Amino acid sequence: MNFWEFLTSRHQQLLADAGQHASAVFQCMVVATVLGVLIGVVTYRSEWAGNLATLTTSTILTIPSLAMIGLLIPVVGLGVPPTVTALTLYGLLPIVRNAIVGLRGVDPALVDAAKGIGMSRVTRLLRVELPLAWPPILTGIRVSTQMLMGIAAIAAYASGPGLGNEIFRGIASLGSKNALNQVLAGTLGIIVLALLFDAAYVLLGRLTISRGIRA
Amino acid sequence: MPETAPAAATGATIELESLSKRYPGSPQPAVDNVSMEIGAGETVVFVGPSGCGKSTTLKMINRLIEPTGGRIRIGGEDVTDIDPVKLRRKVGYAIQSSGLFPHMTVAQNIALVPRMIGWSKARIRGRVEEMLDLVGLDPGEFHGRYPRQLSGGQQQRVGVARALAADPPVLLMDEPFGAVDPITRDHLQDELIRLQHELHKTIVFVTHDFDEAIKVGDRIAVLREQSHIAQFDTPEAILTNPADDFVSGFVGAGAALKRLNLTRVRDVGITDYPTVTIDDPLQHIFDRLRDSGSNEILLLDKRRRPYKWLRRGDLMRAKGSLARAGALVHDTVTRDATLRDALEAVLTDNAGRVAVTGRRGQYEGVVDMETLMNSVHELLEADRLDALEHQHDLEEQRAERTHSEQEGFGRPTGEAPA
Repeated sequence: MNFWEFLTSRHQQLLADAGQHASAVFQCMVVATVLGVLIGVVTYRSEWAGNLATLTTSTILTIPSLAMIGLLIPVVGLGVPPTVTALTLYGLLPIVRNAIVGLRGVDPALVDAAKGIGMSRVTRLLRVELPLAWPPILTGIRVSTQMLMGIAAIAAYASGPGLGNEIFRGIASLGSKNALNQVLAGTLGIIVLALLFDAAYVLLGRLTISRGIRA
Repeated sequence: MPETAPAAATGATIELESLSKRYPGSPQPAVDNVSMEIGAGETVVFVGPSGCGKSTTLKMINRLIEPTGGRIRIGGEDVTDIDPVKLRRKVGYAIQSSGLFPHMTVAQNIALVPRMIGWSKARIRGRVEEMLDLVGLDPGEFHGRYPRQLSGGQQQRVGVARALAADPPVLLMDEPFGAVDPITRDHLQDELIRLQHELHKTIVFVTHDFDEAIKVGDRIAVLREQSHIAQFDTPEAILTNPADDFVSGFVGAGAALKRLNLTRVRDVGITDYPTVTIDDPLQHIFDRLRDSGSNEILLLDKRRRPYKWLRRGDLMRAKGSLARAGALVHDTVTRDATLRDALEAVLTDNAGRVAVTGRRGQYEGVVDMETLMNSVHELLEADRLDALEHQHDLEEQRAERTHSEQEGFGRPTGEAPA
């Protein structure tokens, strides 16, 4: 059976896996974005708190993903919970770091002006600082998504959802006639998904970044 | 002051009472004990060297920097302890390089404060147009632009429009024209003066440029380090009678020349000059010239605008036609020009006189070196007398105060009951 025949015969299974993969990454990204921006907002004004947040999230990133999932299984069990937890944690770093850099990079004169015309702390954040920091934050989100696409494949190790299942099944049965096709299909699927997500982000950037600050 | 609730809020008084700012960990206060009263509708300029605390003092008025001591009263109301956000919505604020938010359009920027204080959409829309119009930008063209699509001068105008959008009685300007080129700065200063003529806000303006201070200020506070007031007086008084070496050092060389900027041509004597119009017959022109006893006559065109200077000799050679005779008038000054402009024009004119024009360029008179010199001398003399008198008053007041303090009569007059 060549690769093409494999794809046609298994397309239903593959599409289902791809769908789950995309949905897992998407949901984790939403959670990671909300958390990451929140952490950024809370910590950016203090030198050490911001550095601590960056340091912590980058430490998390150095943990091998297989080990992380392995460590999470005894705590949260098998299946979806360790996948979501691990993906969210990994997704944080680029977002937190870019949120802090972006928020710190807002021209102090503009913050001064915002204060001076009578904006409250919250209004200033929502109307001025976050919109101006949004382009770097969005870049962080893009980087995170690319990363999570790959890491999500490991989730299959903990019986999680997604295209990782194809890869793991293939690796487990190396030597059998469809092993290579399975690994290939899973990998290519992830790449295609990553490209689709990236295209979506470009569109999102067009829609959400003000024309006044678009590069 | 009568409470008539006018269509546009005019200025409110600002009183600073022993205002101080001390930063933790620094032995010297950044601003030490500043007391000042600024009248409603007055433009006061804080001027001083870098780091003298003039900006800090300004920012304490809208409490961007919280004072560590003293009181601030705006329009008689003590604002030292009210919610700073509420305070700032009543006080316009314009800063260097405009402070416009780059992700919002011009209209959105201007609409910010009105939106925050809950104006209706229709009212805000009208107001944005009105403000753009006020600062001399075409609403249709600039409404939807982003700040980066504007020149520095235009951005600054929008910055002022934003500061004035909710019609605050007080406007604080922190080196607003510091970042634009000299020509644009000059225009913006003129615009500000014009605006202030219309609006009568109370403006506090910070600059390190003394010439700018002279130009826009009704009164100037020259500040030295820690915002100590070296002199707080009208530009004329500071120019003619600087309080001490620090102030005269700051005024710089050429105080008399700078003084010329404060007086307009319309305020000094304009001499009348024999004139004829281009339609007059040649014989009439000859007669006029002879009767006037002068050597020269000014020829006006059909709309009574200065056209040519005619000398006796020119007429002799004219031989019946004026087409080639005389020297064209290439420079005129308006009645609103400063004496400095007039002097410049007189100096560059080869015969040392310049025609003054009124509306639509019509002839009004002539200034020459002699009249200019006389007026300048008179001005300086008058300033000197004023300053002497003023000084005398101040000394008398001071003596009185010292006297009453020694007698133990307590403070100078208390606050009027609300």
